[in-house]
Amino acid sequence: MINSAPASPPAISSAWPAGFHPGGAPTEAAVRTVGLRKTYPDGTTAVHDLDLEIRQGEVFALLGPNGAGKSTTVGMLTTSVLPSAGQAQVAGVDVIRRPAIARRGIGVVPQRNTLDRSLSVRDNLIFHGRFFGLRTAEARIEADRRLEQVALTAAAGKAVDALSGGMAQRLMIARAVLHRPAVLFLDEPTTGLDPQSRLAVHEIVRDLQAAGQTIVLITHDMLEADQLADRVAIIDHGRLLALDTPAALKRSMDADTVVSVASDADPAALAALLTREIPGVGDHHLRSDSVLLTVRGSDHLFTSISSAATDAGLTLRDIRIEDPSLETVFIQLTGKDLRD
Amino acid sequence: MSTDSAALPTTTEPMEMAATCRAVGALLARDLTVLRAQPSNFLARTVVQPLMLLFVLGYVAPTIAPGQDSAARAVAATTLLAGMVAMVILFQGLFAVAMPLIQDFGFTREIEDRVLAPIPVALVALAKVIAGALQGLLAAVVVFPLAQFVPAARPDLQFNWPVLLTLAPLAALMCSALGLFLGTALDSRSVMAMFAILLTPLLYLGCTLYPWSGLAPIRWVQVLSLFNPLTYVSEGFRAALTPADHLSLAVVYPVLAGFSAVLLWQGIRHFQRRVLT
Repeated sequence: MINSAPASPPAISSAWPAGFHPGGAPTEAAVRTVGLRKTYPDGTTAVHDLDLEIRQGEVFALLGPNGAGKSTTVGMLTTSVLPSAGQAQVAGVDVIRRPAIARRGIGVVPQRNTLDRSLSVRDNLIFHGRFFGLRTAEARIEADRRLEQVALTAAAGKAVDALSGGMAQRLMIARAVLHRPAVLFLDEPTTGLDPQSRLAVHEIVRDLQAAGQTIVLITHDMLEADQLADRVAIIDHGRLLALDTPAALKRSMDADTVVSVASDADPAALAALLTREIPGVGDHHLRSDSVLLTVRGSDHLFTSISSAATDAGLTLRDIRIEDPSLETVFIQLTGKDLRD
Repeated sequence: MSTDSAALPTTTEPMEMAATCRAVGALLARDLTVLRAQPSNFLARTVVQPLMLLFVLGYVAPTIAPGQDSAARAVAATTLLAGMVAMVILFQGLFAVAMPLIQDFGFTREIEDRVLAPIPVALVALAKVIAGALQGLLAAVVVFPLAQFVPAARPDLQFNWPVLLTLAPLAALMCSALGLFLGTALDSRSVMAMFAILLTPLLYLGCTLYPWSGLAPIRWVQVLSLFNPLTYVSEGFRAALTPADHLSLAVVYPVLAGFSAVLLWQGIRHFQRRVLT
C-alpha cells in the first residue's frame, strides 16, 4: 500500500539492504544514542543512560509499561524533549545540536491526535508537505498519493473532526511519511482503536516495512511488538532491560516454564502457598483472577500444583502452561505485567 | 543545553534557505487559509465590538448629550476613529495569535506538526506573529469605513500616508507579538481571568476613547497610560489618520518598536519552552 521511497537527496538510503552501501562505506545506523539521559526539572530521571542502535530498514519496538520512559526516549529522538546528557543521532544527524536539520529525516505519529482541525483532510497533508519545503504543486501530488495509499481519498475534502479514530490514525501515518523521513516514529499507534482499525494500521506498518522504511514502534502491546518488530527493546524505569529479536527473547525463557493458576481463593494467598510448596518457583505475578508463576523445570508441575492446592483446601479452576511470549519475558525481567 | 538557535547557521545554504522560506510561507498560508475558510469568525471578532462602541460612544451618547453641537460630535468621531482602529488590531493579536496558542498548548496540540517542521522553532512562532499582524491590518481596513459612517458626525480625516504606511505594520506587529506573549505565558485555566484583568484596562485606558493630551486634568492617569502599549497605537493612528492632537511620533515609533522587540523576544522564549521539555 505504501511505497516509501528514500528521500531525495536522502540522508541515508533505506533502499539498500542493511549492511550494504553502494559506496562501500559502512552503513550508518538509522538511530544511535549514547548515554542518553533525561532528568526532568522535578528530579525524576525518565531515561537512564540509554545506548541504542537501530538499523536501517528494521522495525524496532520499544516495549514497556506506562511510565517506562518510552515516550521520553522518542521525544528526545524527535527533538521535542531536550536530553539532560548523552548523544543522539537520527539518520546521521545530531538531534541535539542540529534539531531543525534532523527533523527532515524524522516522521512522527504522536500518541494523541494532533491533526489540524481547522484544515480539511487533504490540506493537512498538503500543508505538512509545504512545511517540509515542498512546492505547493509537489505537495498536492504527494498528498493525493498518500491519501490513496491509506484509503482516505474519498474523505479528502472532509473536516478532520468527521474522521473515525482509525481514519484519523491512518491520516496521521500518511502525514508522518509524506516527507519521506529516514525514520518513522509510531507512538502507540493502535492504542484505543477497534480491532479492525488496528489491523489496518498493522497492514500499513507492514507495507512501509516492506518498502524499507525504518520504523521505531513504541508500544505496551506485546502482541503488536511480537507481530511487527524485527527487534524489541524492553525498557522499564528508563533502563534497557533486554534487546533482541522477539524469537530470541522468547528462547531466553526456555529454562523456565510460566504457568498460570486460577482458583477461587485470593490470588495473593494462592501465590504464597505455591511459592512455598512447589520447588523451583521463582517470580510470581498476580493477575485479577489468577497467579502467574515462573518455575524452573516443569516435571510433574500439574500434579504438584493440584495436590498442594488440595492439601490446603483450595479449589483450582485452571492450570495452564503459558507459551513463552514477550509478556512472559517481560514479567520475568520486571516482575510485573505490562498492563499494570 | 543547545537549542534550535544552534541550527540557524546551517540553514544558510541556498537550497536550505529556499526550503526554509517555503516552510515559513506555508505557515503563513496555513493561517490565512483558515481565515478564508471561516470569514464569519473573522468578521465577528473584528466588527462587533468596535461597531457597538462606535454606535454607543460615537452616535448614541453624543446625540442624547445636552448641548452637543455638530462640531463637538465631529471631534468625538475623530477621536474614536483612531481608537477603534487600534482596538481591532489589538483584537486580532489576541484572537488570531493568543487564543489559538492557548488552545494548542492547553489541549489540542495541533501545533505539534508545525513545530516538527525542519526549521528553527523560533520561526514557527514568528510566522504566527506575522500572520496575526496581517490579519490585524486586514481588520483595520474592514473597520475603517464603519468608523466614518456609524458616528453621529463624520470624523475629520487627514491622511499622513508615510506615517500610516509605516505605523500600521509596526502597530500590527506589536499587537500580534503581545498575542504571542500572552498565548505562551497563560494557560487555558487562567485565560479568562487574565483577559479580564489585562485586556480591560489595556483597551479602555489605551487612549482609544480619548486623546492622551485630553488626560491632562488627571495627571496620574496620563502618566499611567504611558505604560500601556495601546496608547502608542491609538496616538500613532491619530497622527496618521486625523488632524487631532497626538503624542509625538518621535516617542510613538521607538516605544512601539521597543514593545515589539521585548514581546517578541519573550514570546519566542516562552514558545520554545512550551514546545520543548
